[in-house]
Amino acid sequence: MSGDRAAAAPARVAVALAWGAPLLLLLAVVLLALGVGRYPVSPPDILRIVAAKLAGLPSGLPETAETVVWQVRLPRVGAGLLVGAALAASGAVYQGLFRNPLVSPDILGVSAGASLGAVAGIFLSLSVAAIQGLAFAGGLVAVALVYAIGSAARGRDPVLVLVLAGVAIGALLGACISLLKVLADPYNQLPAITFWLLGSLASATRGDLFSILPAILLGLAPMALLRWRMNLLTLDEEEARALGVETARLRLVLIAAATLMTAAAVSISGIIGWIGLLVPHVARALAGPDFARLLPAALMLGGGYLVAVDTLARTMAPIEVPLGILTAAIGAPFFLWLLLTARQGWR
Amino acid sequence: MLAARDLAFGYGRAPVGRDVTLDIEPGEVFCLLGPNGCGKTTLFRTLLGLLPPRAGRVELDGRPVAGFSRAAFARRVGYVPQAGAPTFPFTVLDVVLMGRASRIATFAAPSPADHAAARAALETIGVAHLAGRRFTEISGGERQMTLIARALAQEPGLIVMDEPTASLDFGNQARVIERIRELGARGIAVVLSTHDPGHAFACANRVALMQRGRIVALGPPDRVLTAGALQRLYGVAVAVAWLEEAGRHVCAPSIAETGRIP
Repeated sequence: MSGDRAAAAPARVAVALAWGAPLLLLLAVVLLALGVGRYPVSPPDILRIVAAKLAGLPSGLPETAETVVWQVRLPRVGAGLLVGAALAASGAVYQGLFRNPLVSPDILGVSAGASLGAVAGIFLSLSVAAIQGLAFAGGLVAVALVYAIGSAARGRDPVLVLVLAGVAIGALLGACISLLKVLADPYNQLPAITFWLLGSLASATRGDLFSILPAILLGLAPMALLRWRMNLLTLDEEEARALGVETARLRLVLIAAATLMTAAAVSISGIIGWIGLLVPHVARALAGPDFARLLPAALMLGGGYLVAVDTLARTMAPIEVPLGILTAAIGAPFFLWLLLTARQGWR
Repeated sequence: MLAARDLAFGYGRAPVGRDVTLDIEPGEVFCLLGPNGCGKTTLFRTLLGLLPPRAGRVELDGRPVAGFSRAAFARRVGYVPQAGAPTFPFTVLDVVLMGRASRIATFAAPSPADHAAARAALETIGVAHLAGRRFTEISGGERQMTLIARALAQEPGLIVMDEPTASLDFGNQARVIERIRELGARGIAVVLSTHDPGHAFACANRVALMQRGRIVALGPPDRVLTAGALQRLYGVAVAVAWLEEAGRHVCAPSIAETGRIP
């Protein structure tokens, strides 16, 4: 039995890395995000305000501090957590399902599809729920198209075909978005569209959080339930079927779940690129490829990363820097670094 | 147990082979030989129910394969594909655990019993020391052993192996053939394809020769694998001789006479 004990020590280290590191990082980032800004609040005060609000008691701190932490920063931090976690989790699922660590909601055209749906919704002056619905439908149609093209072009490098198909579909959808921008009312609709396409959490309200929470939980449920099956779907299609997995059904469920999550996130934050590509990589490096560990790591790191970037976006300059600009400025160099240094297993 | 009756197989409209009738006996090692592109892999995919037959039937224990769920089939028949490049750095133990998929409920994760079965399979194949290594970082021979262990972890009565010795070095080829013999001795039937007729002598109870999608000879190795049959099959002159030191027949092409491709 000494072999078991010897094996247990590295396993404990692995669990600590998979859960502990992201969790600590996440807590630190949330406290920081609630504290910094034009009106700084210290971590002990933040904890006191949050505890008092939750208990329904007065905190004994200035009302301004309470308002800033509870009314202004908390919904925004909450939105960052939800959107970041959703984008990272769906990125991890897409990378597994397409057996390719370089795919992401952006590269597969999900984001572009969801954008077109939402921009069309804004253009037609639809309700928020309808805009979210259109974003979801657009994302799903885009993934389905890219996937269909990928499987129709057999015999060639499937990864390359997938990425190129995603680029082409993304460009096509981008053209449609540009057309709608040209046609949109420049005073009412165009600012909303532009703001939305650059991505921002500035206008996120508590109501927004509650409106996307069900969709995100609905998408998360199959991911969590199928956490072990998900590993089998990263195998070659026939290999997985020969192992006894009904791949077609599971794949469909998980693609729908990941797309629902992405679309829900995009519907309140607009387009925030690169998180779905970057975070799953870091999560995999920390927690390994086993989806049962990868999923929680991606959720925590994704949420923490977006909150951190959003905090940077609102504090680094006198005016607020759009999120999409920052995530791209951080993500693109990281991606290139990954390309240049990728080890075999990371590909 | 696994049987094909008047089977025709192929992709879409393109027929690859037809008139295949065979019946795999429990515990036998059945070797399929044939030149490149003769339809071995397509036949295997059809036998595994991954490709629908174009005509005829594939039966498992007397029931049509199409009537089995993927999981029910996988509990009876294992499959060792040609080892491709894996995408993600799973550990060898994780890979072998995937062999338990057909015995684990859809929403569940592997139980301690599944872990024990996976470790036992690694033990049986003699690669228990690899358990913690990453599948992406081990050698081709070690990957092949891992995939055989994964099939064994399915606890099947039959394992289908598509060219298990392909792209392995001399020593690893011999090791894989040895494992296949051991599986047969444990009562697990093995169907394999190979490019080396010597392998059939080394491990098979029965051998089938396949040419242009048809079985042209079927029987025990020393009856089927004659110099004449192999020459007709591969288009090169082949010498088949008893090698006392190896205790079995060996096959060697006569290189001097292979200058022309017919």
